[in-house]
Amino acid sequence: MNSPVLISLTIFLTLIFVIGFWSAKQLHQKQNTFLQEYFLGSRDLGGFILAMTMVATYGSASSFLGGPGAAYTQGLGWVLLAMTQVATGYFVLLILGKKFAIMARKYHAITLIDFLKNRYNSKTVVILSAISIVVFLFSAMTAQWVGGARLIESLTGLSYTAALFLFASAVLVYVVIGGFRAVVVTDTIQGVVMVVGTVIILVGTIIAGGGVTAIITDLAAENPNLITPFGHDGGLTPAYVSSFWILVGVGVVALPQVAVRAMAYRNAKAMHRALIVGTIVVGVIMLGMHLIGVFARPILPGIEVADQVMPLITLEVLPPWIAGMVLAAPLAAIMSTVDSLLLLVSSTVVRDVYLNYVKPDASNKRVRNVSFGVTAVLGILVFALALRPPELLIWLNLFAFGGLEAAFIWPLIFGLYWQRGNKWGAVASMIAGVLSYIIIHQYWPNPFGLHSVVLPVAFSFFAYILVTLSTSEREKHLGA
Amino acid sequence: MNKQKHHPIDFQDARFKVANREALIGVGLVVVNFIWWYGFAYGLGSKPVEEYRYVFGLPAWFFYSCVLGLFVMIALVTIIVNSCLREVPFDEEEEEKRGGQR
Repeated sequence: MNSPVLISLTIFLTLIFVIGFWSAKQLHQKQNTFLQEYFLGSRDLGGFILAMTMVATYGSASSFLGGPGAAYTQGLGWVLLAMTQVATGYFVLLILGKKFAIMARKYHAITLIDFLKNRYNSKTVVILSAISIVVFLFSAMTAQWVGGARLIESLTGLSYTAALFLFASAVLVYVVIGGFRAVVVTDTIQGVVMVVGTVIILVGTIIAGGGVTAIITDLAAENPNLITPFGHDGGLTPAYVSSFWILVGVGVVALPQVAVRAMAYRNAKAMHRALIVGTIVVGVIMLGMHLIGVFARPILPGIEVADQVMPLITLEVLPPWIAGMVLAAPLAAIMSTVDSLLLLVSSTVVRDVYLNYVKPDASNKRVRNVSFGVTAVLGILVFALALRPPELLIWLNLFAFGGLEAAFIWPLIFGLYWQRGNKWGAVASMIAGVLSYIIIHQYWPNPFGLHSVVLPVAFSFFAYILVTLSTSEREKHLGA
Repeated sequence: MNKQKHHPIDFQDARFKVANREALIGVGLVVVNFIWWYGFAYGLGSKPVEEYRYVFGLPAWFFYSCVLGLFVMIALVTIIVNSCLREVPFDEEEEEKRGGQR
């Protein structure tokens, strides 16, 4: 048992609780707008907080455990691939931008589905969206819990079940009590921890490796491919790496957990500030974290479980007390991702299904109770699944991102920028995107050397345009 | 719940002109970012490893594409935000709502 690490971890978790309770107090003061406050923080986010919450939500377990682990194996080519994510820092806010903020306010939308429902006025669109969100995000979330529990397990020496319990109770109490505002406030703290932590670990690693030149020389001596853009075995082709611009770069626009943040900010000034802060933060974290993974290789050769690279190198290069503090960063990242996903799935169930179709006239008090209840039940379900994670879930998590992007990207973008776009186009686009993604992912991985998300995004693009054009002709005839 | 009718968005709203222009700026930035990233990475990185040059100890392709590229994008975003983006109000009823609630 590593006690300094354990102590800083405890301090961190306590801090989270305190902030959760503080936010809950804010919540009670604004009862009349419960839904807006609980799920959106009353659309009142400032620029710095907005940037941090977007980065923290997006930069999940993958960038802190999986990403550096892959960089450890693949070399600098994987850092190149990871840098495609810098685009998310400015692209999401510029594309959704002011138009999404204005339209969401006009519609009183508090979820992505609210927006789609009002834009297309179609039950089919709502139900397809709700199914995509619940299925894809629920599984993504479970896999994150497994990641969080494994991290606590490796840091503290607790058993997996005990670690999972610790992790889950922290997340649950916190989300159930605090809602959106609690989540974004801690996202901000966690974002700061992540940035500072990344820089400290990177510097520590470079010093431990004897300087950048020495590290690169060691890497090249071990396997020259490690310092090329092509991966350790030359397998990272330009076409494959470039298609990550769609999966983790521009496609991120369509992730519901990211889009919902693009309707929560206070004003144009907040958005402008977030553009700059977001680009800096996401760039520093992505470049730093993945470089750490590569640089760790000569210092700690022969790590077999990729997810352990990050914790091990931190414990290796930093004094235990600082290591404990800094390792709060990956835990923070996983936690904030989980928090937001949990909130999003429960808002889908409450807002988009329960209030739309089950009980539209529910009282404010009832909505509040149902929201707490659904959030808690979902959390417990995820916990049960994470206890013995089924194979299927891990598979689902891997492709959750791509699936959501294939489903939502064109209904969202055309919904904003193409006046003629209609519900038939949106339905066709979602079905074409999700089905072709599942089929390609299963039976034809990496067609033409591209990542399997690329073709479905193209298919759903054409489906939207063709179906909209053909049906809007018919609508015109009917109208005449 | 606010069960209002489907009200179509007025696509002629003057604020949307600003929004459309800014979305195009976003697309432009991504294109520049991609070209810079791809050009340096595969332009310099496709040579045999023995011919690599190094900047601050890092292979030149990596330094220019990933490290310098990041700083260039941060600078571009900062310049564009400060010179091209316009502030618009988001909510017509913002004022009265504020007055009523706080």
